[in-house]
Formats: sequence, C-alpha cells, structure tokens
Amino acid sequence: MWVSRPRWRGRVPAMEVTGWLRAWPLYRQLTGDDRLGRGVAVRSRRTEDLVARTDEADSVVRSVCPYCAVGCGQRVYTQDGQVTQIEGDPDSPISRGRLCPKGAASKNLVTSPLRQTKVRYRRPFGTGWEELDLDTAMEMIADRVLAARRDGWEDADPDGRPLNRTTGIASLGGATLDNEENYLIKKLFTALGAIQVENQARI
Amino acid sequence: MNADCIIIQGSNMAEAHPVGFQWVVEAKLRGAKVIHIDPRFTRTSALADTFVPIRAGTDIAFLGGVINHVLSNDLDFREYVVAYTNAATIVSERFADTEDLDGLFSGFDPASRTYDESSWQYAGNEDAGGDSEETGARRQVASALQHESHGPGIDSEVERDETLQHPRCVFQILKRHFARYTPEMVERVCGVPAEQLLEVAKAWAAASGRERTTTLVYSVGWTQHSTGVQYIRTGTILQLLLGNMGRPGGGILALRGHASIQGSTDIPTLFNLLPGYLPMPHVAQHERFDDWIGAIRHGDQKGFWGGAPAYATSLLKAWWGDAATVDNDFAYGYLPRISGDHGTYRQVLDMIDGRIKGYFLLGQNPAVGSAHGKAQRLGMANLDWLVVRDLFEIESATFWKDGPEVATGEIVPEECRTEVFLLPAASHVEKEGTFTQTQRMLQWREKAVEPPGDCRSELWFFFHLGRLVRERLAGSQDGRDRPLLDLTWDYPVHGRHDEPSADAVLREVNGFDLVTGRPLASSGELRADGSTAGGCWIYTGVYAGGVNQAARRRPGSEQDWVAAEWGWVWPANRRILYNRASADPEGRPWSERKAYVWWDDELGRWTGHDVPDFQVDKPPWYRPPPGATGAEALAGDDPFIMQGDGKGWLFVPTGLVDGPLPTHYEPAESPLPNRLYGQQSNPTRVVYERADNPRNPSPPDEHREVFPFVFTTSRLTEHHTSGAMSRTLGYLAELQPAMFVEVSPALARERGLEHLGWATIVTARSAIEARVLVTDRLRPLRVDGRPVHQVWLPYHWGVGSGLTTGDSANDLMGVSLDPNVLIQDSKVGTCDVQPGRRPTGPALLDLVAGYRTRAGVASMAPERIVTAEQGRG
Repeated sequence: MWVSRPRWRGRVPAMEVTGWLRAWPLYRQLTGDDRLGRGVAVRSRRTEDLVARTDEADSVVRSVCPYCAVGCGQRVYTQDGQVTQIEGDPDSPISRGRLCPKGAASKNLVTSPLRQTKVRYRRPFGTGWEELDLDTAMEMIADRVLAARRDGWEDADPDGRPLNRTTGIASLGGATLDNEENYLIKKLFTALGAIQVENQARI
Repeated sequence: MNADCIIIQGSNMAEAHPVGFQWVVEAKLRGAKVIHIDPRFTRTSALADTFVPIRAGTDIAFLGGVINHVLSNDLDFREYVVAYTNAATIVSERFADTEDLDGLFSGFDPASRTYDESSWQYAGNEDAGGDSEETGARRQVASALQHESHGPGIDSEVERDETLQHPRCVFQILKRHFARYTPEMVERVCGVPAEQLLEVAKAWAAASGRERTTTLVYSVGWTQHSTGVQYIRTGTILQLLLGNMGRPGGGILALRGHASIQGSTDIPTLFNLLPGYLPMPHVAQHERFDDWIGAIRHGDQKGFWGGAPAYATSLLKAWWGDAATVDNDFAYGYLPRISGDHGTYRQVLDMIDGRIKGYFLLGQNPAVGSAHGKAQRLGMANLDWLVVRDLFEIESATFWKDGPEVATGEIVPEECRTEVFLLPAASHVEKEGTFTQTQRMLQWREKAVEPPGDCRSELWFFFHLGRLVRERLAGSQDGRDRPLLDLTWDYPVHGRHDEPSADAVLREVNGFDLVTGRPLASSGELRADGSTAGGCWIYTGVYAGGVNQAARRRPGSEQDWVAAEWGWVWPANRRILYNRASADPEGRPWSERKAYVWWDDELGRWTGHDVPDFQVDKPPWYRPPPGATGAEALAGDDPFIMQGDGKGWLFVPTGLVDGPLPTHYEPAESPLPNRLYGQQSNPTRVVYERADNPRNPSPPDEHREVFPFVFTTSRLTEHHTSGAMSRTLGYLAELQPAMFVEVSPALARERGLEHLGWATIVTARSAIEARVLVTDRLRPLRVDGRPVHQVWLPYHWGVGSGLTTGDSANDLMGVSLDPNVLIQDSKVGTCDVQPGRRPTGPALLDLVAGYRTRAGVASMAPERIVTAEQGRG
C-alpha cells in the first residue's frame, strides 16, 4: 500500500535543556523516540530548512501518465506557471501513487530543453530548417490540404458507385492523443473525404 | 489481484507495464501462481513461479497443447461450457478441418488465397457465410477490427446437442482439431519440454472452475504476427473452456502500449472504422444507408448491435446537425467510401509510388517506430508536403537531412522534394482531455500550464485547420464541399490562443437530446429518428447527468475493490465485460469466493459488485418470444450480449479471414518447416511482393542458412516506442544509453561476439549495428532435434535526434500482415549476426545486396505461400 511520507520538517522532541545540547545528535538519539539515529535525531538544520517543491507549489492538478496504457494517476505541481514536479497520485486505485521510470521522468518530458517550441520549416530541396510564423504555417497547410484533396479526388469507382473521397492525404497518429482530439481529427478528415487515417493501433 | 493463476504470454509486463504488474505481485503474495511464457527471460520471468522459454512465433502450437490436455482429460468447466459457449452447436456437414486438408480449412481458393466460409457455418445456416470474394474484400479492409466489440452475423436459432457427443458439434470438432497438438509435438515445434507444457496445462486447469479463476495477459508479443488474431483466439478458447470469462480474476487482459491507444481505437483514427466500431462505408458493400445499417445489425440476430440504427444515426446527427435529415438518410452520402486496403503500410508503398501528396504525423514517428524503416523514410521523401506535430524534432521530421538514407546516398537533400512543417505540440499537462487506458477506462486530465511558444494541442490544430479550410470554401456550390460546409464545427473557444473546449467535444461524444440539449445517460437513449446526437455510442454515459464522469477521483482508499467512482469505463461504467457469466445460468454466483454479479430475486434485478453487463431487470429464466430480435432476443442466460447467438465462440463460423479455429503456421520468415501440416505459413496473410520489400527465404525455399537465426524485438522499461518521448529525456537516456542486442553465450561463441563489443544484424532489408549483451536470458532451444538461436533487440533507437541515438531494429523488418487486422508480423523474423560494426555509406547497401544475392532473394520466384498438398490444385 502507498504510505504517506514523513514530512521533512519534523519536530525535535521538546526538552528542558539548553539549545546547544539539544542540537547534539547523540543527545537527541538517546533521549528522543529515534533511538536508532536514523531520523529526526540526526537531522541537520540545513535539512530542517529544506522544503519540497510539492509543498511550495501554488497549484496541483490531476493528470494521467502519457506513456503506456496502464493509466497511472499523476499529480502535477506548478509554481508561477511552470511545472515544478510530477508525482504519482496515491488516490488512484490503478497505480496507488506509483510511477515507473518513464512516468517518474515525465516532468523532464514537459520541461526538456530539447522540446520544440517554434515552428520549423523545410522548403522543397532545402538543406536546413527555416523559421516560420505559426499563423503563416497554418494558412500554408490549409492551402496544401485543399490542393492535395483536389488532386487526389475520386467521385466514383469504375462502376459509377459513389466514392466521394480523396487519396491525396494520409495521416498517422492518435494513440498518444486525447479522445477529444481523435474525435476532431476523424471528423474533419472524414468531412474532407480523406480516408487514409491510421494510428499506432494498426501497428 | 483476484486471480488464482496468472498466465503471461507475449508480454513482458514487469518491464513494459511496471505499475500494472504490482497487481500480479499482489496476487502472487496472496497465493496465485504466476507463469511466464516468452522467448527471453525478463524481470517478468524473474518474478514468476514458472518461466517457459519458447521459440518466437509458436504460441498457437503451445496453447494448442494446453487445449488438447484440457479436452483429453475432461478438465473443462463443463457447466459453463455447455451453457455459455457454442460448444454444443452443430456445424455444417460440409466443414472439413486442417486435419483433413494438410493445414487448410474447407472452402480455400488457392488463386486468391481466400476462403469461402459457407462450409464453416452452423448446420442449416450455410447461406450465412461469405464467399471467397467477400472474405477477400474483408481482408482488404481489416474487417475483424470492425467486429472488435461485436460478433459478426449469425442466425440466433441454431441446432445444439448439449450432451456434446454429436460428432459435428463444436466441442467434438475442437477435440479432433487439437488432437495432434500433443506434448511431444509441442516439444518439436516450440522447443518446450513436454513436462513443462504439462505443468502449465495442469496449473491453468487447476486454477480454473467454480471456485477458482485464471487470468491471461498478452501484449503486442501476440498481436504482431501474421497469425496474431488467431493467437488471441487460442487464448480465448482456453479461457472459455475453463470458464474464466466474465469473472473476477479471470478474463483476458490485452496490455496496450500507449496512453490512449484504446481510445484511438474506440474513437478511431483508423481507416476502416468510425467511432464506436461502426464500419467505414465500403463502396460496394454499403452503397446505401440501409445496406450499411443492415451490415452492422446482421439482420435479425440477437444482441445489442440491434441498436445500430440509433448509434449510426446519432453519429451522423452529431457531425452534420440540421443537414442530416430523414429525407437524405441523415447525410449518409457525406461519408467517403473505402474500397480496399488503405492501411498505413499500403499508404507507405503508395507514397513511394508517388500516389499520396500530403502526410500528417500526429505524435507518431514511423521512421523509427514502424516496420521497414527504409520504406517509411523513402515514402516520406517522396511527398509534396509533410506536417509533423510532435514535442521534439523526431527522426520522421529530419529524414531529409540526417536519416540513414542520407548516409547511403539514397536520399540527397538537394534532390528531396518534400516540404516539411514541424509544428510543436502541447504536452499532456498543457491541455485537458481524456485518455482511455487499457481496461477501457476514461480518465480526464486537468490542464496544469499553458503550452510554451508555438506549442498547441491537436484539438487546437484541427479545430483551426477546419476553420481555415471552411473559410476558404465558403460559398462553394461544389457538392463535394457540402460535408465540410455543413459540418457542426462551432465549438466554444477560450484563452489567448482560442483553444477549443475539450469539454464541449466530450459532451458531443457522449451525445445529447437535440430538443432539450440534455446529455444522454446511456446508449439506450440514442434514437434512430434523428432526435438525438451522439459521437460515439459506446462512450454514451461519460457525461451522464451533465457531469464529466471521467473526471471522478474518489480515492481508491475510500472505495471497495471495484472502485467504480474513479474515472469512467465504457460501456456504462462496467469494469468487467460479460460479467453475467460470473453467475450460473440460474443467476447464482458460481461460488461465494468468485461472486461478482448475481440475480436478486427479492429486488427482481441483477446486482453485485459491478454494473451488471446485462439488462438489469431481465431474469435468468427469461426466454425470448418467437421472432424477437436484438437485445430482446437475448435469453436470461445468454451472457455474451454482443454475439449473434449470445454465446462465447469456441469456433468462429464467420468473420475471420484465416479460419474458424486457430492453427499453427510457421512465421512468414522461419528457419524451420511446419511440423504440424504441409501448409507452412498463414495461407491468407497479406503480402506486398515488391523489390523494395524483399523477404528472407523460408521453407520450402533454399538458402535459408543465409539467415539462420530467429530474432524478436520488444520494449525496455526506460524507453517508449520510437524513443521520441524517452531518448530525449536526460534521466531515461542515461539509464539506457545505447542500442544493443542480446545474444546467448552459445551464439556468442559460435559467431565470435564479445560482450560490450559490436555486432551487425542483417536481413534482406538492411543491416544494423548494436552493442552486444551476452546473457543467459536467451538460450538456444532444441527444436526438432536441432538448436535454434534467438536474438533479442529493443526497438527504441533511431538515427537523427535524441540524447542517445543508434540504429533502428525496425529497419530489419519487412512488411507482411495478419489478414484479419492488417497488423505487421514484426515480433519474429530471421537474420544473420556477425561480429563488428556495419559498413557505412554505400558500402552498407553492398553488404545487404551481397546477402540478398546469396539468399537468392533477388531472383526469387513469386512467393510460394500455399504449400499444403490439398491447396496445390
């Protein structure tokens, strides 16, 4: 079972002794509850002053791990609009607070310096990336979608039966996306007449 | 956790689904026996009571041996089998089995390599099966996937012999079919000693029945074969024979590999499906609305597919609103038609051939993650344009500048015409929405932060792409633009980027009353008259009562073990499907120990720990009136409510392309002949015979000694699929820093491979290099008197991006597919392994060409797929 962790800021047993003596770990070990000297008795002032990021977070949201399909619960801690920590959610009856190495590294996924945050564009026959404004990219893609749709359009099969489709456009992806996203993807592609829509579930 | 025995086969659960594996460990602590059957010893094996090493690609032979043991020794759960399966049903006298036909079933047409199903039908029902032209068409469109949640058509009135003695009843056919899967035969085929097979069979049977249940776990180690569907069918037969379906601690767990791969099948980004497993209309089979509806309902059969008109109409109303009317068949004509195989591998070959203009990649990296990496990259290099939406600069976005083909000279950047847009995506914490996990549970994620820079959700991208396209077409009089212009596309937006509301989309998916706007509570409220809209009928209820049920987070510690108030499970929040089978025909739990759902006489309803997967007020003794159809036709003891006869199918009379029963065929690439039949490999599998998709020789071909070893691939705990979400992360790249190959000490000696040195692995497609890990985790198996070496590779590495890069195991694969679902057979192939690094540049192509020449691949005649005596016509 998941057990709540001891809080870092534990209290030293209150004793009628002078401060210097109380700060002596051996004294605390002999007189307090921590007789083995593995806990509060030997804790330094520096440790006492440490605060977990999860304690300082200004918000926590409920999320789900983005890797495999077990669906482990995550708690995402943020501060000043940045993700500061991702922990397993102890409330989840699926995962009971646990995460595997990937799930435990998922803060790294979100905050990685390798993440792409700008649109990159490679023109035909180009040898390197160029920058492109997102709105411009969207307009260009919309133009290309309509052109490819037109070029690959098929009204009917050789027997005259309606096809109402295009084979100019293909798509792959969805198993890492949300249901709502897959729904809009399938809905839009179907309305465009694009049938070549696939994802990892075929693989 | 409630299981008495857990069989894990085709899955390395401890490493690929580690947190799910805690429940296996918990069950083990409670006394459950854990058995792992796999080519390689892994951490799953380490925690199992028994590990059974097996030759890759022979699972049907192994499980066939277990079935044979169960049937020969009367170990089946007879009361369950008679009442809840089609064991008693009489099959047509025209049916002939693989026993009689050297590995083929009756109805085979060698020219088209397809079956006429009529002889597989239940007696008196012979007209129901598809002829070979129809089954061929079904192979093209992967129709078995369309039946994922429902049985294909069957007449509900069938002849039965509940003594199971009739020679043509399914039970007796099953007995004969598996009679040759003896322990000795299993040993010859699988390399598993006979006593180990018997140990597994005895444990499985002993932990099944009235008082006990066994669960079966598989992953893509089963699906990625040319007989993948029949692998799962074999497991199904066993679990039905032993009475483990629909019961706590029983069932079959398909452990899926991506956060919403179940969701992307339910709400499918797949060519042959519409939401809720409705088929994409086929140009010939579904020309009219009534054809389409009729094909889903299968006429007058039993079960909940009887509601198809309501499900389908509500989908069309959700998409085309007021433009979908009774008079225009609810805009059925707006749906584009499929006409054959439009699957992802067909698409890639079409790209190479210049037939596809533009390609979207949405969180997917086929340059590394799909079979036959070279074909993937050459296809992408021959497009007008490519849109890649991802978190990172993945290999599929950079094939034109640093892919393997740039090194060999096959792709020259200055000559590569593909225009590439790399659009950064929002991560899972930067948007809200639902994932559907592997047990069909939808869990809503809250948004934590705004996505950085140009990063956007897929919801944003597609909503605004749709908006831009519709703006461009405004006023168009062209009929082909009506589906776009009439599309309901008015989702509310919020925030500075005009993010569409995922909540509004989920409400549409759930469905609502078009008059009052009230969200529907269950799929039973969907209507066929156009008065309701609903985007995915199996998800109806996720917004019941106007509440996002997927966002429910009542802590597990405050609930019972079923935890019904965490998330929402389709359908109707049922946690175990077909749970009516957890009670006996009279509605009583099979045993106190395994009580789950039962009939309460006083209340006059079904009750229990879970939502009953049954009409809640239909008593066990209910018998349908003559002529009843759909749900009404289900008797009170028909637990398999989506099947046309309400029974679990041991024998599949219709719907599968490659036979009504599983049969062991050798993998498409195998060093060994099939010891069970003359038919070597799945005769109906999908092949693309082209020079750029060469195959290694297999029996009866000569020169198979050129590729003498078996290889298989799978996951590491620390990486994810193509590595796009893991090789880019510091911690994970450090934990698993390099591509490697696992070989046994015996093979290392045989080939002079050094631990931590380099090896080159070669197939007819390509050669890759990897660091060598010599390990006892792999041992040569003794198969049919000779040693067979197996090697193992992770498939997470690629050349191009990430903190760790390396050659890609998928470059070794060719493309041949399971005929039922068009999934590639990438879990087993043959290869050569040599010490040292591979050559670079054009010399790599020379190396592979040399192998192809020696293997006779270049000059190989068209593949001889039909090798059975009876199939040679």
